[in-house]
Amino acid sequence: MLTEALTTSALLFVIGTFGVLVRRNAIIMFLCIELQLNAVNLALVAFSRYVGVEGQVFVFFVMTVAAAEAAVGLAIIISIFRHYRTVNVDNFNLLKW
Amino acid sequence: MTLAPLSGLLQEGAQPAAYEPVLPGLIVLLPLIGFLFNGILAMRVGARAAAAVRAGGDGSEQPDDGHRRWVTLVGPGVVGLSFVLVLLNFAGMFHADLHDPVVVSYWSWMVTGALEVDAALQLDQLSMIMMLVVTGVGFLIHVFSVGYMHDDPGYARYFSYLNLFVFFMLVLVLGASFPVMFVGWEGVGLCSYLLIGFWFQDREKADAGKKAFIVNRIGDFGFLVAMFLVFTSFGTLAFAEVFPEAPALLEYGGVTVTAITLFLFLGAAGKSAQIPLYVWLPDAMAGPTPVSALIHAATMVTAGVYMVARMAVLFALAPVSSAVVAAVGVLTALLAATIALAQYDIKKVLAYSTISQLGYMFLAVGVGAYYVGIFHLMTHAFFKALLFLGSGAVIHAMHHALHPTHSHADPQDMRNMGGLRASMPVTWITMWIATLAIAGVWPLAGFFSKDEIIWYAGLAASSSYPALFTVLWVLALATALLTAIYMTRLMVMTFHGANRTGREEARHLREAPRVMTIPLVVLAVLSVVGGWVNVPEEVAASVLGLAGALPTSEWLHHWLEPITASATEIRYEHLGEPAHAAPFGGGEVLWAGLSTLAALALVLFTARAAARWKVVPAARAAAPTGFKSLLFNKWYVDEFYDRFVVQPVLAASRFSWRVIDAVLIDGAVNGLGLVTRAGGAFVSLFQTGQVNTYALVLTLGVLAILGFVVF
Repeated sequence: MLTEALTTSALLFVIGTFGVLVRRNAIIMFLCIELQLNAVNLALVAFSRYVGVEGQVFVFFVMTVAAAEAAVGLAIIISIFRHYRTVNVDNFNLLKW
Repeated sequence: MTLAPLSGLLQEGAQPAAYEPVLPGLIVLLPLIGFLFNGILAMRVGARAAAAVRAGGDGSEQPDDGHRRWVTLVGPGVVGLSFVLVLLNFAGMFHADLHDPVVVSYWSWMVTGALEVDAALQLDQLSMIMMLVVTGVGFLIHVFSVGYMHDDPGYARYFSYLNLFVFFMLVLVLGASFPVMFVGWEGVGLCSYLLIGFWFQDREKADAGKKAFIVNRIGDFGFLVAMFLVFTSFGTLAFAEVFPEAPALLEYGGVTVTAITLFLFLGAAGKSAQIPLYVWLPDAMAGPTPVSALIHAATMVTAGVYMVARMAVLFALAPVSSAVVAAVGVLTALLAATIALAQYDIKKVLAYSTISQLGYMFLAVGVGAYYVGIFHLMTHAFFKALLFLGSGAVIHAMHHALHPTHSHADPQDMRNMGGLRASMPVTWITMWIATLAIAGVWPLAGFFSKDEIIWYAGLAASSSYPALFTVLWVLALATALLTAIYMTRLMVMTFHGANRTGREEARHLREAPRVMTIPLVVLAVLSVVGGWVNVPEEVAASVLGLAGALPTSEWLHHWLEPITASATEIRYEHLGEPAHAAPFGGGEVLWAGLSTLAALALVLFTARAAARWKVVPAARAAAPTGFKSLLFNKWYVDEFYDRFVVQPVLAASRFSWRVIDAVLIDGAVNGLGLVTRAGGAFVSLFQTGQVNTYALVLTLGVLAILGFVVF
């Protein structure tokens, strides 16, 4: 049971990571990050069966942070879109000194 | 409430009076209050004057003189009140039988590990004498200053500094431990600096203040090192603990105690203007004359003598240091006396005379006659303060005489004076009394104190280092004769002969106002009777003591015995009790009689000789030649110091600045900055601003770490 769950989790995480690295659309990258988070959640829940309830508690924290992160991230993407009329991250290179 | 405490009180009252200090803190605090009061007034006056200048005035108008009344009242008043309190304490101590010092502790000042220092005052016979001198003579000088400084725009500032000085001086003499004493020691140095440079608009005077401060720092370094050594040896810095333990803890003549006392003496030499650190005192005459009287004659410069007397036990344990103290004292006395012979500035003569007399005091404490050093300190405070205040009155009169004709003649140059006795009779007579007193003419104060010093120097020749002390004794006698000569020269050039101020100026010569002459008269009386507190028994029984008619016999000696007893004991134990005879035979009375006859003869001889001199006013006088020019130029010691001390130090400082600081240190710091910036510029090439690049590098990094952890 654990093996299947962890395999799924790893698969989801790799997909998410791959998506973040190769896609240029900010919304898609954002969704891929969410995928990574949920892959981790899955692994935590799977482990909590054997280790204890702490894993599930942890998942709640991750979900809360993810919700907050989603709000802030979407807001940033929307304001970037209003400015540049695009959400292609290749156009944004101000993130440096 | 029971009656137990009350009965205890009654029992104590039944005993023959224990000494209870009367408000010792207030004695110290009153001058500080005066400083704050006058200081605030001075700042307000200064701010108002600055505002007047900003508003378009030229700064010469004095907008408000109302504050002067307050300053006149408070400035001398607080010191007078302190003096009254000191008198009350003195009366209490006089009737009490006090053996151990009374230490009044106020609060714990420093507690760090092994070091514990209380803010404590120590009242004993020695600090009592010093307090009487500081507040008593100090009060008279404050009163004199009211007249002397009356027209000065910095009147309030002057009195605030003077009050602050008295405060620090009292802290110095009352401090019950090395650090508290050091606070006073530094404080009086600060006030000396402020008052020497009181007229700081004049570059030369400001420089004189700086010179005094810097030379004193060399001495203070010695004091500090001595303090550290005392702490490592004793683990405490309180006098009441160090001195009783010293004979047990320190080996007689050992390295430690010799080092401690030599470093202490370095401090004393700085503060009390001894070889090699005496050069600041003549320059200190740039300050107002009452300041010279108070700080540079009567009180601060004697702090070194007081310190050696206070640490008598330590010096008694170090025979080499004591010999050094005595030798330096005599050499300083002789050197300064020779320089005084050829000076023309009336205050310079008195300055070198002060250095010379301080040398005598060090001779006294160096040969173990600690109470005699304090005795001469006291009588010297009377007659030297009188001489300085008298010269102040003369300068005051000269200044006012030269003012109406806008003459640029130097009001302090004796070549411009002459014949002043006609217009200044009170100053003339009182200064003659002081001159005879300092020359050692019987029965004035200086006779008894100076004679005791020379007598004890002679006695020292019979115990340790006989050859050395015989030489010192002869030099001390010679210096006594020089004293008579240079002081008579000063008096004749100033007050006798024809007037040299110029006809128009001479009409404006006036005796000083009464606020200035009354302190002169009081000090003149003290210069006469001051020596009678300690008439040696042998002298008192002879013709010189009017066969016992002089009131007291060795009072000061017995009074200070609780302080000096243990030191004297140590000396007797190791050096033996000295034989009661001078090196070439003859008893105390014979030598005292001889020296007073010689002094009197020299005074008369010099007066007659000087009356025939043809003195030309300074403006037309030729520069002195030959040996006289050597003396006039102070043996070129200042030039020597400049060449071999000041210039090398300046060169070393310049090297430190131009090479070590500007090239090495700045180069290292700037180089480090350059390297960092270049490194940053290179690394920032990797910062593209592309989110994907960052994400890729992040992922690769995680993978690398993961790989490292797993495999």
